[in-house]
Amino acid sequence: MFMILGYPAPLMFGQLLLGLINGAFYALLSLGLAIIFGMLRIINFAHGALFMLGAFVAWGMLQYGGIGYWPALIVAPIIVGAFGVFLERTMIRHLYKLDHLYGLLLTFGLAEIIEGLARNQFGSSGMPYAIPAALQGAVNLGFMFLPIYRGWVVIAAVVVCLVTWIAIERTSLGATLRAATENAPLVQAFGVNVPRLITLTYGAGVALAAFGGVLAAPIYSVNPNMGSNFIIVVFAVVVIGGMGSILGSIVTGFGLGVVEGLTKVFYPQASATVIFVVMVIVLLARPAGLFGKAT
Amino acid sequence: MGIDRRTLLAAAAAASLPLSRAGAQTPTLKIGCLTDLSGPYKDLAGPVAVSCVHQALEDFGISGKAIKVEVVSADHQNKPDVGAGIAGQWFDRDGVDIILEVANSGVALAVAGVAKAKNKVYINSGAATSDLTGSGCNANTIHWAYDTYMLAKSTGGALARAGGDSWFFITADYAFGKALQRDTTGFITEAGGKVAGSIAYPFPGTTDFSSLLLQAQSSGAKVLGLANAGTDTINSIKQANEFGLKMKIAGLLLFISDVHSIGLQVAQGINVTDSFYWDMNDRSRAFSERLKPKAPGVRPTMVHAGVYSSTLHYLKAAAAMGVAQIKADGAATVAQLKKMPTDDDCFGPGSIREDGRKIHPSYLWEIKKPGESKGPWDYYKAVANTPADQAFRPLNQGGCPMVKA
Repeated sequence: MFMILGYPAPLMFGQLLLGLINGAFYALLSLGLAIIFGMLRIINFAHGALFMLGAFVAWGMLQYGGIGYWPALIVAPIIVGAFGVFLERTMIRHLYKLDHLYGLLLTFGLAEIIEGLARNQFGSSGMPYAIPAALQGAVNLGFMFLPIYRGWVVIAAVVVCLVTWIAIERTSLGATLRAATENAPLVQAFGVNVPRLITLTYGAGVALAAFGGVLAAPIYSVNPNMGSNFIIVVFAVVVIGGMGSILGSIVTGFGLGVVEGLTKVFYPQASATVIFVVMVIVLLARPAGLFGKAT
Repeated sequence: MGIDRRTLLAAAAAASLPLSRAGAQTPTLKIGCLTDLSGPYKDLAGPVAVSCVHQALEDFGISGKAIKVEVVSADHQNKPDVGAGIAGQWFDRDGVDIILEVANSGVALAVAGVAKAKNKVYINSGAATSDLTGSGCNANTIHWAYDTYMLAKSTGGALARAGGDSWFFITADYAFGKALQRDTTGFITEAGGKVAGSIAYPFPGTTDFSSLLLQAQSSGAKVLGLANAGTDTINSIKQANEFGLKMKIAGLLLFISDVHSIGLQVAQGINVTDSFYWDMNDRSRAFSERLKPKAPGVRPTMVHAGVYSSTLHYLKAAAAMGVAQIKADGAATVAQLKKMPTDDDCFGPGSIREDGRKIHPSYLWEIKKPGESKGPWDYYKAVANTPADQAFRPLNQGGCPMVKA
């Protein structure tokens, strides 16, 4: 058999692909975080809880309304995004003038409350959520057995990441957004409603988290802790990519997924740690992150 | 649920009013249920475990007896220091006489030390580690519902004998997972099987098991042994199904609450070991029906059953010894508990060994196919059972210092 570094090649290819799949979730979540941090300068610790909320809204729609996966993929992010808008309007906006730390503390508190309420209501073992009929089954790639749903996750995540990147970097709306973060009073003087722009940005970042949550629902247990399992890793991804860097969060998300996947072959015990080792090295060598601009 | 418990407490308080004058002479027995009220083991233990304490009081007919009982509960947050701290405070300051439940092996061992130091009573139902009655045994501790040895012998032994002669383990990288893998490996090799490989993954914090499952698949082993618990087991099984894993899965510690969460479509065909299943006989069904108003929408796990059963046994001892006596000396109370035969709706007749191990049969179940199930919680069909005298580790093999050959 063809070997790579002493391991059978099919195993290595399989692990690379699985790494990309996990990276898709990292990329989606860190993208939302990067957008929110880039525009609002808020470190959104509630991101994991909102990711979880996305999965629960999808589950609830199926359980109580009989509404399936595909509508949920659109509707759940809108509902959770609207909830994000509510949070921004009522609480987060009061903190813009203060130090970043206050935003972090507020959103951390919100995350604890949302997760606590969910745990109280739904218990801790989680809810079943089936893979949609159209995406069931698997294809044999020769080197591994790829569940169709996992393939779909990668495609959906790549498309959403690209669309978001284009919207921010290549459209006039995105240009206005970027300008507003550079100099809000000036942009406001041109007649742009900057506070509303910021609110909608937060809503969009939250909607991305919820979209990730719906994508994750059929794979992982839909349980109140599902977001907190991700959030620390995702923060590391954002730091490595460069705080607020859109492209950085996407590339780093996928890249670290692969690094983590390969670690699971060579030394599984370290798979939870390897991302933080990378983070430390990157912070020492490039404190602004791989794609960040030093300020 | 909160309202239910409050109404219940109010009713209990009202019922005990006439006794409160007598209470001036008879001191109150205080039962502490130390459990996971907010974390990963909340559903398999948690609030329903507290309800089971109340159910035992009710079934014992406490309101008609000259014993006054107060129940307190707390969340150990799966942290041994927090658990030991609460136990110390309960025993020293709050006058708690017995601690029940304590899911999580790490916390369970810590609390055993506290109970011994304060000479109180400790009956564990939720933790898995067989060290509670082995190297970590003491004269104040009883281990009630199950342990790693029982699980390993029943699930591991049965699958190995049924042709599952090569295994691959996916193991949570901490004391519990390693103990479970070690115990199961013993039974596999005893039955002539072998372990093709194993992976220890970081606990907690692993959500994706697909790459581990892929490695298990490529090992060519016939049986996948999951030496983990809770959400980790749920995620492993869901993802094994997704990747079309062609291996027999042995859920070495899988509770019915986990099966409920996974769903039969995915969980069907998996073998599990439980010492209690709510639908196993008339007595267990009667108990589950009685518990229903206190725990609506769920069925009890073997941990819940253990809390109920151990509370009942403790109350019988209290009636036999007298409250003053039972409050005075924890070790003497435990000695009395060991002397009395046990019998209740959950585990039937049984006994407690000198190392603190509660003895009853263990049962191997297979999870039903969706078509075989009549509805929610109708999940298990019986495969085999191990009689009480063989279900647990032989007395002389545990290394418990209290056992002198």
